[in-house]
Amino acid sequence: MSKLRLGMYCAAGCGGCDISLLEIHEHLLDVIAVADIAFWPAATDFKYADIEALPDGDIDVCFVNGAIRNTENTHIAKLLRAKSKVLVAYGACSAFGGVPGLANLYPVREVIDRAFTTPSTDAPTGQRPSASATHSDGSSVGLPAINGTVTSLGDIVAVDYTLPGCPPATDRVWEVIQAIASGQLPGAPAIVGAGSKSVCDDCRLEKKGTRISKFVRSHEIVAEDGRCLLEQGIVCMGPATRSGCGGQCTDALMPCRGCFGPAGDSIDQGAAMVAALGTVIDSEDEAVIRETISQVVDPAGTFYAFTLATSVLGRARTANPEEEVRS
Amino acid sequence: MTRISIDPITRLEGHGRIDLFLGERGYVDEAYLVIPELRGFEKFLEGRPVEEMPQITSRICGVCPEAHHTAAAKAADAVYNVQIPEAAEVVRRLQYNAFMAGDHATHFYALGGPDFIVGPDAPAAERNIIGVINKVGLELASKVIRMRKEGHEVAEILGGRRIHPVDMVPGGISKPVSAESAARLREIGAYMVDFAQESLAIFDQIVLQDERLKALVLSDAYYNQTSYLALVNDQNQPDAYDGHIRVVDADGHEVVKYHTKDYLDHIAEAVVPWSYLKMPYLKQFGWHGVSDETSRHIMRTGPLGSLNAADGMQTPRAQAEYERFYDTFGGKPVHQTLAFHWARLIEMLQAAELVDRLANDDRLTSTDVRCVPTGTPREGIGCVEAPRGLLTHHYITDENGIVQKANLIVGTTYQYPAIQLSVLTAAKEIVRPGVELTEPMMNQIEMAFRAYDPCFGCATHALPGTSPLEVRTFAKDGELLGGMRRNADGSLERIGGGAR
Repeated sequence: MSKLRLGMYCAAGCGGCDISLLEIHEHLLDVIAVADIAFWPAATDFKYADIEALPDGDIDVCFVNGAIRNTENTHIAKLLRAKSKVLVAYGACSAFGGVPGLANLYPVREVIDRAFTTPSTDAPTGQRPSASATHSDGSSVGLPAINGTVTSLGDIVAVDYTLPGCPPATDRVWEVIQAIASGQLPGAPAIVGAGSKSVCDDCRLEKKGTRISKFVRSHEIVAEDGRCLLEQGIVCMGPATRSGCGGQCTDALMPCRGCFGPAGDSIDQGAAMVAALGTVIDSEDEAVIRETISQVVDPAGTFYAFTLATSVLGRARTANPEEEVRS
Repeated sequence: MTRISIDPITRLEGHGRIDLFLGERGYVDEAYLVIPELRGFEKFLEGRPVEEMPQITSRICGVCPEAHHTAAAKAADAVYNVQIPEAAEVVRRLQYNAFMAGDHATHFYALGGPDFIVGPDAPAAERNIIGVINKVGLELASKVIRMRKEGHEVAEILGGRRIHPVDMVPGGISKPVSAESAARLREIGAYMVDFAQESLAIFDQIVLQDERLKALVLSDAYYNQTSYLALVNDQNQPDAYDGHIRVVDADGHEVVKYHTKDYLDHIAEAVVPWSYLKMPYLKQFGWHGVSDETSRHIMRTGPLGSLNAADGMQTPRAQAEYERFYDTFGGKPVHQTLAFHWARLIEMLQAAELVDRLANDDRLTSTDVRCVPTGTPREGIGCVEAPRGLLTHHYITDENGIVQKANLIVGTTYQYPAIQLSVLTAAKEIVRPGVELTEPMMNQIEMAFRAYDPCFGCATHALPGTSPLEVRTFAKDGELLGGMRRNADGSLERIGGGAR
């Protein structure tokens, strides 16, 4: 049997997904025994022209991490879709837009402007980098333009599998790689490397059915160990978040922020969370419940910390995800 | 003018590129290190609660998430004007130093070190971690893997997660350290000290005892006189977790020592049209662009900056190495760019010794790790020395602690003008009219930026393989004259052109 050809590409991400793949440590040698790395930007030669020259479908399984933020990300996403038999959205940014997707709360023009109007920026005449910048000889620098909105990989091309998490959990990654090597991936499209329940099902903190009358912020109280954070009033995304991480953050007594995306069949994590919050509030009165939930500071950033770009909110802004903004 | 592109060098959250321009006589006139990425964190941090900053900003970099996590937590402490309990500081310092030690080990063995350990002009296919293993033996290689694993284990024990930790909150940490965890941390601390010492012995044996490599380190291609900047404690010793910023000039004289909250009085960032990354400089010297004629406004931070701007190290073994470092170079400051590698190992040793010291601190298992903030939130600045240089987080909030404005200057950004300067200097020395570019020459240009361990040399390099590289030479009219590509397997290939 010929060796599998695997790829890994980082779009608008942080490198944490690349590290999570290395976290399989000694298993990497097992991977190399059954697979060739067709490319991995930092590890192998990586030229767009090289990828373009590949026959369509040449790469067996291609992982893409990072969100789609600029024209270069969009271009590579399309190219890799064509060249790969199986395309995997690896990590929260690729799957849901991730933390960079929070930029969709603002017009992209403001996002760019802010980066160059911070208090330490010295740009007295409003200098900005520009996609049309040229060198002194007149040749184009070739800076990519920033897209109008941040999108997930699936917003740009068809995705076969989604491997959620920020970053994905090491043990789950290894399971997925073994499934790839043995040809035992489930039918596409599917979510892999995650559970089918919610984070609460894996969380060691105990729910006692305590109802609350107000929400507190994580720094405002010292959480009691062993007890459900939500029942102590801290907004914890556990009930609305897919299982798979093993409850690492709550084990450290910090609330879940939802990096595995919506649980079950839900497509909108925030909507699911608001429904879950309703059940923990000590009232049957809808007006009281609404009022209590409205105390949550920054609901958009809290309920959609990793999924804004693919949420109902994010989509409302996404008239044309490929619209470019040239600075 | 002839343009040479090195594309991609390796990646920085996307990828970077070096464009070199040759003048009429065939010498390099200009160099541009182009960074094509912008994610806009400063804008979308606005509106978020400040206590979420340690986790949101961690997502700036998954290679050095602890740096952002820690700087953000310290800035959030300052926003609430809250003093964290002593035990919480012990834990944070331990976590931070373990991260520094592990990160530096990755760079030395997988990223920057192969150029020395295997050799700068060894076949490209061997100039990687596998080549390092062949050269130093499997026994040491397994120690390197263990070092990386144990660094991540500290992150998991104290930070809750191996990547993107969650434990630091305004006012302290989320959870006390158990006695079992403390016992494990003591083992790890002892191991890290042994490992760092062995690494310095290897550096000594392989680089310093090799006259040819020593000459390379001392060559003009890797020499730039700049200012240096470090986070230091009250004895002017490098302190990655906290302190004042000390700046020294190219003669080693103190230019200024400022409180981290006063950074805007001393640092500004110039904007260039051809890159999304800004160029920080020392305000009092003004912005003069990047050229080798005027460079005192350009600062170097990271390990070389830390040593050059300090008076000594905090720990005894690191201090002994520090003294040997300056004895060897015959003075201070050391301007040799490749000395970053040695300085990095000395910084790793100090970090390891501090892990060892803190793991044996009785306060480590105290349950007094949180101080709930009561002050009115307002504004805060948090600074740490990240593995790649100084890191500054600055938040302004409303009275509810919701971020209104954020400013971030990260390590690689502080170094950006210096990296560009070093690339220019190396290219000027290495690219000569009429001399055909060879693969080792290309690698030697790369070595100029690899010394800084910039974020585009992130740890994914650890896989077998060479960093990708292609050099192309264009005529004035844009016609491809010819070039060469180094493939993933290390083989070389001529590309295109050559028609005239």
